[in-house]
Amino acid sequence: MANNGNKNQQNQQKGELILEDVNRVFRMPGAPACHALKNCSFTVPRGSLTVLVGPSGCGKSTLANIAAGYDHADSGKVLLDGKPVTGPGRDRIMVFQETALWPWMTVMKNATFGPTMLGGMNKSEAEDRAMALLDKVGLRDFRDKYPAQLSGGMQRRAELCRALVMNPKVMILDEPFRGLDVMTRELMQEYLLTLYRETGLTMLFITSEIEEALFLGDQILVMTNLPGTVKTTVEVDLPRPRDFKVLATERYRQIKSEVMESLYEEGAKIFAKLDGAGDLLGSCRAGS
Amino acid sequence: MARAATMNGASFAYKMRKFVASKHFTRGAMAVIGFFVLWQAGSMGLMPFMHAIPTPVTVAEAFWEFMCTGKYWQSWMDSTLRVTYGFVAAQLLGIPLGLGMGWNRNFKDFTYPLFELMRPIPPLAWVPVSILFWPTNESSIAFITFIGAFFTIVVNVLGGVSAIPRQLVDAAVSFGASPRQVFWRIVLPATIPSIVTGMMVGIGITWNVVIAAEMIAGNTGLGRLTWEAYLAGHTPGIIVGMISIGVAGYVSSMAVKMIGDWLMPWKKVF
Repeated sequence: MANNGNKNQQNQQKGELILEDVNRVFRMPGAPACHALKNCSFTVPRGSLTVLVGPSGCGKSTLANIAAGYDHADSGKVLLDGKPVTGPGRDRIMVFQETALWPWMTVMKNATFGPTMLGGMNKSEAEDRAMALLDKVGLRDFRDKYPAQLSGGMQRRAELCRALVMNPKVMILDEPFRGLDVMTRELMQEYLLTLYRETGLTMLFITSEIEEALFLGDQILVMTNLPGTVKTTVEVDLPRPRDFKVLATERYRQIKSEVMESLYEEGAKIFAKLDGAGDLLGSCRAGS
Repeated sequence: MARAATMNGASFAYKMRKFVASKHFTRGAMAVIGFFVLWQAGSMGLMPFMHAIPTPVTVAEAFWEFMCTGKYWQSWMDSTLRVTYGFVAAQLLGIPLGLGMGWNRNFKDFTYPLFELMRPIPPLAWVPVSILFWPTNESSIAFITFIGAFFTIVVNVLGGVSAIPRQLVDAAVSFGASPRQVFWRIVLPATIPSIVTGMMVGIGITWNVVIAAEMIAGNTGLGRLTWEAYLAGHTPGIIVGMISIGVAGYVSSMAVKMIGDWLMPWKKVF
């Protein structure tokens, strides 16, 4: 078991994700074209936990889908370790907004589905690996339960395990803790930090909550409204490991106000534009 | 059955005992008994328009007489076989067709318009052409039964495939599943709830249709039995036929529900 862990550590490839001038336009017949992403560029450094924050409907999920390979950029480059991303792949695993656990599979079956695909690992090897992860997030006794038998927080943890067991170069988390109650959410953030510390994976975490971004991230990318692009990058130099005490420090407040300033400028723009741009927003929703 | 039992951690016999002792069973039983009491009162002239209906006691006597004849059981057998043939054939053809239409856009383009053109035609409107086309009466009744269940299952499966949440498929693709693996391990299980719903609705329609078809075109079966009782002016016999049809439909639905529970250990059907 310990040997296995070491081997995995050695196999760990931390990827570097780069987006260069990515554009994405949704065209719906009978509606004005919606420019979801415009010249969007940023780098997710190797082994970092990069958080993307932005107002609701600013193209964050579009960006996640493009990085994961479910959607394509109309122009610009998406590079993982220098190689262009052309479609979904095992090196980029996404954790979705709504639960994407397969309801007909037990927790263990969900977690071992990926590793056993494409003639990958054999079943017992995959189960060992999955078990080690499930153990870390307190799901050892729930391995044979179906997702519907778990609480919301447990489902999210199971999903994290399912993604981590793939040992991806980049993990993309698209508002994974949305809809959880405050307590569960905080607990989930701590679980994520523990897993991040132990695996050292490159993570792109998308959220609309500033506190979450600050608590988790190494750097925060603030997105603009539509057409979405990264407006500012804020380095979060708070010490790790972090716990709730970090929320009371002066440095935390400084960074928070810096991010908030940038974000609220964008938030205010939405309300200013809302009257005139109702159609535009409407067509974007339909397209995304 | 063995699988379902282990999943729920209790044997079938245990669950049945538990069910019979439950308030749900008591309520259902009270409703059925209450119905017969009202019926008895009605036929005894205590309610208007019901004097022509024989009392439950008369019907029970007729029921016993029927049950002592081989013809009654033969009718059960014939109707059940027709339902089974039509229903099973509808599943065997309808499930793949629905999956194909939902999974492959080109296939849907070719098949869907024709399908939608045929779907509104009621099963009984197929009776004349089916009698002309099929060599035997038996095969034409089974065919009409098939029509009754076929369109329902296809519509349900097609709806089920289209309603699969995108991320369930996307996740599997990211994990490296081939299109074939996505189909067998994600799309098919995700559609099972819709398949079971289609089967539940379909089995009911199948019984409706087989009875009507037997009255029109059959020489045997529970529908024919009921019709003959009417022609003979044997009113208790009509009621016996009707109750038999009700029981047959109920038992079939239970059987389908059990198949559904067995197919979906991760959720209860209804």
